[in-house]
Order: sequence, then structure tokens, then C-alpha cells
Amino acid sequence: MIPGALREEVGRDAERIVYVARERLLEAMTWLKNTPGQEFDYLVDVTAVEYRDRERPLEVVYFLRSLGRKVDLRLKVELNASDELAVDSVWGLWRGADWLEREVFDMFGITFRGHPDLRRILMWETYAEGYPLRKNFPLRGRSARAEQVRQALNANPEAHYSLEELSIAEAAGDLPDDMRERLRRGERGVIPEPPA
Amino acid sequence: MKRVGETKEISGQSPNYLVAKFQNLVDWAVNSSRANSLWPMPFGTACCAIEFMATAASRFDFARFGMERQAFSPRQADVLICAGRLPFKLAPVIRRIYDQMPQPKWVISMGACASTGGIFDNYSMVQGIDTIVPVDVYVPGCPPRPEGLLYGILLLHKKIKGESLFDAVRRRDEQPLDEKGLRLSPETIDEISEPFGNSVHQFRSS
Amino acid sequence: MSKRTVELELATPGVDAQGRPARVPLTAPAAPAEPGMGGEHLLMNLGPQHPATHGVLRLVVELDGETVVRCIPHIGYLHSGFEKLGEYRHYNQIIPLTDRTDYLSPMANNVGFALATEKLMGIEITPRCTVLRVIACEMSRIISHMVWLGTTSIDLGAFTPFLWAFQERERIYDLQEMWTGARLTTSLTRVGGLMADIPDNFEDKLREFTRTFPKTLGEIDRVLTRNAVWAGRTQGVGALTAAEAINHSLSGPMLRASGVPYDVRKDKPYLGYETYDFDVVVGEHGDVFDRYLVRLEECHQSNRILQQAVERLPDGPINVDDPRVILPSKTAAMSDMEAMIFHFKQVMEGVKAPVGEAYVGIENPKGELGTYLVSDGTAKPVRWRIRPPSFINLSALPKMAEGHLLSDLIAINASVDIVMGEVDR
Repeated sequence: MIPGALREEVGRDAERIVYVARERLLEAMTWLKNTPGQEFDYLVDVTAVEYRDRERPLEVVYFLRSLGRKVDLRLKVELNASDELAVDSVWGLWRGADWLEREVFDMFGITFRGHPDLRRILMWETYAEGYPLRKNFPLRGRSARAEQVRQALNANPEAHYSLEELSIAEAAGDLPDDMRERLRRGERGVIPEPPA
Repeated sequence: MKRVGETKEISGQSPNYLVAKFQNLVDWAVNSSRANSLWPMPFGTACCAIEFMATAASRFDFARFGMERQAFSPRQADVLICAGRLPFKLAPVIRRIYDQMPQPKWVISMGACASTGGIFDNYSMVQGIDTIVPVDVYVPGCPPRPEGLLYGILLLHKKIKGESLFDAVRRRDEQPLDEKGLRLSPETIDEISEPFGNSVHQFRSS
Repeated sequence: MSKRTVELELATPGVDAQGRPARVPLTAPAAPAEPGMGGEHLLMNLGPQHPATHGVLRLVVELDGETVVRCIPHIGYLHSGFEKLGEYRHYNQIIPLTDRTDYLSPMANNVGFALATEKLMGIEITPRCTVLRVIACEMSRIISHMVWLGTTSIDLGAFTPFLWAFQERERIYDLQEMWTGARLTTSLTRVGGLMADIPDNFEDKLREFTRTFPKTLGEIDRVLTRNAVWAGRTQGVGALTAAEAINHSLSGPMLRASGVPYDVRKDKPYLGYETYDFDVVVGEHGDVFDRYLVRLEECHQSNRILQQAVERLPDGPINVDDPRVILPSKTAAMSDMEAMIFHFKQVMEGVKAPVGEAYVGIENPKGELGTYLVSDGTAKPVRWRIRPPSFINLSALPKMAEGHLLSDLIAINASVDIVMGEVDR
């Protein structure tokens, strides 16, 4: 039995879907990867789903596969939108989760605790309009088009580096002062608060 | 094809017949040289870039129009061909590439997405690169056929041959961004980015 | 499953110790970078506009001399909001969107999405549609690998294979244009069937293509495979072990070149692939050279599948016989009241899917392309997730590039076979 499993369902593609409690996610994932007989060594995908029905919680969906046993499994963690949107990262178990979790963070605002470099990956780092794939985010964005053009042209994504890159440039002595200060404080850049 | 120079107005310039003929000759020489050896800067982002590559390959071959040497460095390019959709994250990049190109420079907006945003009327897509850089020729299509792109290039040739070194109005000017970072006024940008026709019905989610 | 191993003996013309002409066997390059030359590391930026990054990819590399110490990719420069847009479109309206994610193999994307939708709705497609979709997928595999081949050889300095590869692509583009009307953005499938049946001379033209395509592949093979420059630049470069490849969730030729024999067509067959006779191409070392060999041989295998598919193409309808899903013919819609109502409902309201979710992964040329659809009973999906193979393959780039030279980074980047439309969606 998968530790932390709450209930099971079967999808329309005859796939086994297991709902896992948020606090026991890492335990369940470690058990699934390392236990002989389970051996889910391949992480197919990590994504999140928000339903149009606001009563339903958000789900973080993990697609696992055992290449040796040729078995698939879908794991879901339910998060209430009113709670803190955070789960543990599975980066330590499957390196493929690196960018996949960053994308879920970028699009939904769900934080992955333990991820070494959780920053936006598809939008630019100081993107101020919010998390695009949430249902309360309108299709054309929250600002007027001219404002979006202005923000985009002033965003200068090349100026906002990750801490890794900042430390490289610092070692080479190339950093401008404000970036050096940010590195010293452990910040990446000023990310304005998205509107509510 | 009638030579565009034949209907040129020479008001505001010297009324001397010989000088006017000389200016015509210089314009013809300069414009023909520029038009017949446009070095494209392929700013290829998406599917249109593949059709651009197909236009460069042996079947359609725009080398016969003088574009043999693709300049991947903007410092050595004449025409910026924006082939593909332009998200907001890429907007400062195309502006910087455009600013790095030396004069005279032209811009071809290839495809529906570069011209107006195409099918992507959403939070992440620039609704037409003309909100960011001035465009000379728009080539519609999704993606335009190589013949379509070649037609656009020939239209650009025609436009170039109508320019003049001596007429300040028709000479190419820099269009720098204003202090807010916009090329056009915000009202203009909002107006040209609005959907119209049936596209206004596509924002219902269920 | 039988295994056919191919061994290549690579040697370059040279002189031996006595000064006589001889063929000198090539070994994998063992020249290490200058250790600890002292001095600072250089932080260099590649892209997002760069001829060799295959799209708008930005690589920030930390260089020690010419050795890459670290490579940090930045993506998102082509983020088009596909998944958000899909929530505002009916299922059939999403098909044109799928063309534009992986625009090098549009038909395969169309098929992948249609399969997921049909699984969600519980629709079973007709036999003729099944075989036609196999033909579409394999044609897409060939054109995608041809782009890969052409652009990779340009990156490594060989210009001519680009022209040969694109000429073959033009022949497939002719076939695609005959079938769907469009060279690139085909929008081939519909829920429950296809947009149109193949025209009359399609089969003959396809047979002609499969007859002459191996000759071009042979030419490319002759020019590249035993070429000292090519082998020298690609052997031993960017190698990943099988365990690393699995842990990084790689798929497709990247995974198979590292020795993992996982092919979605064989392991989770769809569209009747278990009835076709083809081999899964598996490499050994996981370096750029192996990936090249895997993709080249995959083109041969695709050709084989195409030959079999075109022979066994059955007659019959291409669309499933369900008027709630497939538009009725125009004459029926104009004359019969019930057909007109079905037509109206489908066009105005879209085809409603039952509540539930479905995931279907297909073997895209780049890897496993998955489509995850969640429905709440309406005609527009609640969530359309594309499991992007290039995105996940690209996340292994920092691992592969460490310790190699800057010029190797270009080769490794080319070998990942990324298409930024799919990476960024």
C-alpha cells in the first residue's frame, strides 16, 4: 500500500489514479521509487489542474512509470486554494522534475519545497501580472496591451540572473553594484507583487 | 514593371534639369544595389522560420534575389525578417536587434503572428511586431508559402526602388523609443491590438 | 525480439610510423581541457537570437578558457500560452493549435491530440483512419529527422546535407499539401477521424517516395558517418548513461541512444503499431554520434513502416459513424432536419466530452509526446497539458555539457533535437 494514499480512482484511459495526502507526498514518492516490486524509476510528467468549479481543490498531478515492470501510475495531491499552495519537491528522486516543477510554479504559483532553483521559467522573472494558468487569470492578461508592451520592453530579462549565474559573474568581478548587493542578500531581483 | 522613379516629384529640390537627372541616376544606382543585395537577418522564432528555411533551400532559393548571405549578426544585416510569433519575453530582444542594425534597414513581418499576433490573442503574445519596430512589408499567411515570402521580398524591392537619397521625406529615419519605452502612443497600441470580427467571441471559457 | 547489432569501423586516411599511407583508426577524443590554467571564468551569453541555438534559446555558459564549466539554459522566449488558449477552444478547434507546438512534425501532434480526445470520449476510430494516421506519424518522423539532420550538419560545418534533407522534406511537403492543403500547418485529424481522405494519386506518390528515400539517406550516410571531422566532433561528446537518462526523464532518440530500449510504439502500442514489422534502434554510448546514428536508422525504419502501411491500407470510411462527433455531409445537413441539428450543435457548441481525464503518449520524433486532457463535461477542456519531450530533453543539457568544449556545446545542443515551440508552448 502506498503510504499516505487517501483514495483511488480509475481514469477514462483505464489508468490507476491515487490521491495522496500532501504531508506524506515525499514519503510516498520515495517508497514508490525505491521499493523493489514498485520501482517507479521514470517520472513522465508533473503538472497541476485547477477546475472551473471553484469548490474543487487544485490538484498537482504526477505521472510515474516503471520501465522494467511496464506499469504506469498517476498520483494526485489536492491543495485547497485557500491554503498555502506548497508541496514537497521530488527533485531529489527524479532529476527530470527540475524544470517540470519550475513550470508548475510559473503557471500556477505552487511552491515546491526543496527545489534548488525555483524561479519562473516560461515568463520572465519579474512578470507582475500573476500566474497565467489559474482560472482567475483572464486569457489576455490583466493589463492593457500598451501596458504589457511597456512592461515587456522594460523587463530586460537578461539582467535578472539566477543565483548561480550571479555567483559566476561575481567571481569574475563583473557584477554591477546593485546585483552584487542582491547576491549578498541572497535575492534574485525585485519581483513585484502580483495583483490579487 | 514600370520604374517607380519615373513619377517622382522634384518639388522642393533644385529645378535644374541636369541636377534632377543626376539625382535620378544616383537614386537608381543606390536603390538597385540595395534592393538586389538585401542581406536578411532571419529573426526566426517559430513555424514561419521553417518556411523561411525552405525558401532558402534549393527548391525556392531566395539566393537568386540577392539574399545569398544570411546575416546572423544584426550589425551586418539589411533587412530584419521576423519569421514567427513574438512573445512579450522576446520583445526587448527584437528591439535590441533592430537597434543594432545599421541604416539603411528594413523590416519584413512574416506570417500572421508577427503581423498581428495571429491566433495567439493571449497574455503572452505581442499583437504584431509593429508595436515595437517599424515594419515595411507584411507577409500574411500561417505560415506563408515560400512563394508568398518571395512576393513580400519583391514588394520590398519595389519599395526600396522608390526611395530617394535627396528627398528627406522618403529617406529612412530612426524611430527611437520614447521615455516610457513605446514606439507608438498607448492608445494606438491598444487600438491595433484589439480583436475584431468573430474573434471577439473567443474569450468564453465554457 | 531479435537484435541486429551494427558495428562501424571508423578510420581516417593517414600515414603510419613508416611513412606509408594507411588507415588510422579513430579513437574517441581523449584530450582533456587544460587543467587549472588559472585566471577567471568567463560568463558568456549565447542567444536568444543565435544561429546555432535552434530557435530562441538562451544559454549562459561559464567558461574556463574554452571548457564549459556550467551551462544554464533560459527558455520561455517562445511561450505562446497554448495550454491557456486550449481552455477556451472546443476540441476540434484545438487541432490547429497542436500544429504549431512542434511545427517540425505537425501531423504527429495532430494525431497525438486526437488520440487523447478519442480516449477521453471513448470513441473507436475506423481501420482506414488508423492506417492513415500511422502514415501521417511516420511521414512526420521523417521530416522532423530531416530538419534535425540538416541543421545539425550546418552547425558542425557541413552545409550540403542541409540541402539534400530539405529536398526530401519538400517531397513530403508535396504529399502533405495534396492531402490537407497545407505544407506545414496541416490540422489533419478531427475528433473521430480525419479532415479529408487521401487523394487518388497519393498512394503512388508515397510509394515513389519510399522507393527513392533510402538512396538519399545512403548519400547522407556516406558523407557524414565515416567522416573524420564528423566522428571527431561527435564521438564521446555529451554522453549520458542509461541511468542518468532515465532519471532525467528523457525520451525518444535521446533515451534510446543511451541504451534504454524504450519506444512507445513497442511498449504501449497505439494505432496498431504492434502489427507492423520494424526495429527499435538502440544506441550504446549515449553520445552525439550515437544519437545521430539512431535518428538516421529511425528514418530507414519509418520508411519500412510507410511501405507496409501503404500496402495494407483498407477501404472504408475515415470518420467514425457518429453524427454527434463527426459533422454530417453538407447534402444531408441541408435536407435532413436531424442532420442539420447535429451540424448546428457541433459547430456552435462543440462536441461535449464526458467528465474525466485521459492521458495518451505517442512516439513523437522528439520523444514521448503526451496529451493530458481533463474534462468537466463541457465542450472545452478544463486542462490541456502537453507533455513536451523537447522541454524535458533540454533540461538534461547542463548535465551533458559540463566539461566539454564550447564547440562541443553546440554539437550537444544540436543533438537534443529541440523545437522551441514545444519547449515553451
